[in-house]
Amino acid sequence: MNLKSIYQEVILDHNRKPRNYGSLDCPTHHATGHNPLCGDRIDLDINMLDGHIEEIAFRGESCAICKASSSMMTSAVKGRSRQEAEALIREFREMLVSKEDNNDLDHLGRLKVLAGVRDLPTRVKCAILPWHTLHAAINSTGEATTEADDHSNKLVANNH
Amino acid sequence: MKIVDALVTSSAQQTTALGIERFRADFPILDIKVDDKPLVYLDNAASSQMPQAVIDCLVRYQKTQHANIHRAVHYLSNLATQEYEAARCKLQNFIGAREDREVIFTSGTTDSINLVMHGYGRKFIQDGDEIILSELEHHSNIVPWQMLAEEKGAHIRVAPINDAGEVLVEEYEKLFNSRTRFVALSHVSNALGSINPVKRMIAIAHQHGVPVLIDGAQAAPHLKINVQDLDCDFYAFSAHKMCGPTGVGILYGKAHLLESMQPFKGGGDMIASVSFEKTIYNEIPYKFEAGTPPIAAAIGFGVAIDYLEQIGLDAIAAYEHELLVYAASQIRTIPGVKIVGDCPNKVAVISFVIDGIHPHDVGTLLNQEGVAVRTGHHCAQPIMQRFNVAATSRASFSFYNTKEEIDILVAGIRSVQKVFAQ
Ligand SMILES: Cc1ncc(COP(=O)(O)O)c(C=O)c1O
Repeated sequence: MNLKSIYQEVILDHNRKPRNYGSLDCPTHHATGHNPLCGDRIDLDINMLDGHIEEIAFRGESCAICKASSSMMTSAVKGRSRQEAEALIREFREMLVSKEDNNDLDHLGRLKVLAGVRDLPTRVKCAILPWHTLHAAINSTGEATTEADDHSNKLVANNH
Repeated sequence: MKIVDALVTSSAQQTTALGIERFRADFPILDIKVDDKPLVYLDNAASSQMPQAVIDCLVRYQKTQHANIHRAVHYLSNLATQEYEAARCKLQNFIGAREDREVIFTSGTTDSINLVMHGYGRKFIQDGDEIILSELEHHSNIVPWQMLAEEKGAHIRVAPINDAGEVLVEEYEKLFNSRTRFVALSHVSNALGSINPVKRMIAIAHQHGVPVLIDGAQAAPHLKINVQDLDCDFYAFSAHKMCGPTGVGILYGKAHLLESMQPFKGGGDMIASVSFEKTIYNEIPYKFEAGTPPIAAAIGFGVAIDYLEQIGLDAIAAYEHELLVYAASQIRTIPGVKIVGDCPNKVAVISFVIDGIHPHDVGTLLNQEGVAVRTGHHCAQPIMQRFNVAATSRASFSFYNTKEEIDILVAGIRSVQKVFAQ
């Protein structure tokens, strides 16, 4: 396997030992994310307190990229305010859809390792799904899908 | 059985000896590299590649023959019309249809099935009627029938499969009753490769007076088809899965059924006369070919048929079977890998899952080795549900693939496991 591979140690590690994996007892917010094209499905539970993500947990069946992205996302947004989480969702999406290679990604911290997914157009959805789901959960829309819009990279949640 | 096996093996060896290399050389795309690795193209069930003869035909057509058909008296239009109709005759002979007017050019299998749904289904299927499908169907042979059932208040009944991926014919037979009006079955499953005993299943349907559509998208590239021998009422397939271009396919239908049906699309070419009071439809097949068809693609399809017939469908089937047996035996030796739908009567398709590794990761990692496989639900979600998996990886072979390529696939699977074992 070559060095360009997205399957770097960090991602494999999050896949093997996902952080914040499981469920919360009585979450204040919840959403299910679904990618009908590959069958990936994740459930996200959140406890919001004073506009902050107090606790967060995810579970589901998915590929390594989706699982690592979920795991890293939950670590990144824990303790953050709703606004901060929304900003991170936007920045993460920017990283995966932007055409420019050399923009500064340092503000994304560890999430940078997922930037390589940009070169795998068919896998971008796998990495973005948890973020769609987070957006849906904190806006209480309940359900997110990668197929709600023709532009897969927009963050749109199904309103049910 | 043994004799047949022996024959298959000996003719396969012959094919190998005859030089699969020669056929491979006809496919320029097989020489490309994927990140410095030679392409190993094992996604033939999704779309196969085109030989030089088909590519040349498409170029020649665009450069020297292009015009609209059936509409003008000038030189180019005559030429295009002749070539287009000649392609229809090639398709007729290829499937052993009685008449060329029983072959309708469509945009592909999906379009063909929708044509039958609209033209036959909406006219003859009513509230409370039943349509039988199998559990092995591709979405394109499920969704149109569901749309029809919803519109008409009809019901879908599903013939189950066993763990090997074979339709249970006895269960299928039990589904028939006085309300059964239509049967739609795949000849070969795209997700698993299982070959359905369609001849027997058609005979059972006919005992109940029920017409049958066969989705032959995965059969026509690999097996010799004779629609009169099968006695199917409709048969559909796409050019792009059998060395032809995208955008074209056919629907075969028995003439008397096609004549009884209503047109699917309205427009030019499908009419005999039009006034604002009344339109008289053209005869079959033109009644179903509204508008300008994919002329170049249809002519290219004809050349693809010539190409396949030159090699011989029996030789193709024998060689591909050899590839299947080799690939299956190699993949079975890898611990933690399971073949989904492992029945004996298959075309060269292997759907597999690897313990603890999602098929999309398998696909991405194999791609880094130059190996193209399909991963996902293969537009056959009911099959995935049946086997309790979200998705599989699928290697599907063509006569231009080699055992060396299978070795690369197998090595690739092992290295995927290594990455995840880190
Ligand atoms: C069994 C089967 N039926 C139908 C189709 C649809 O064919 P097309 O997309 O060419 O219309 C396919 C293609 O994937 C198939 O494998």
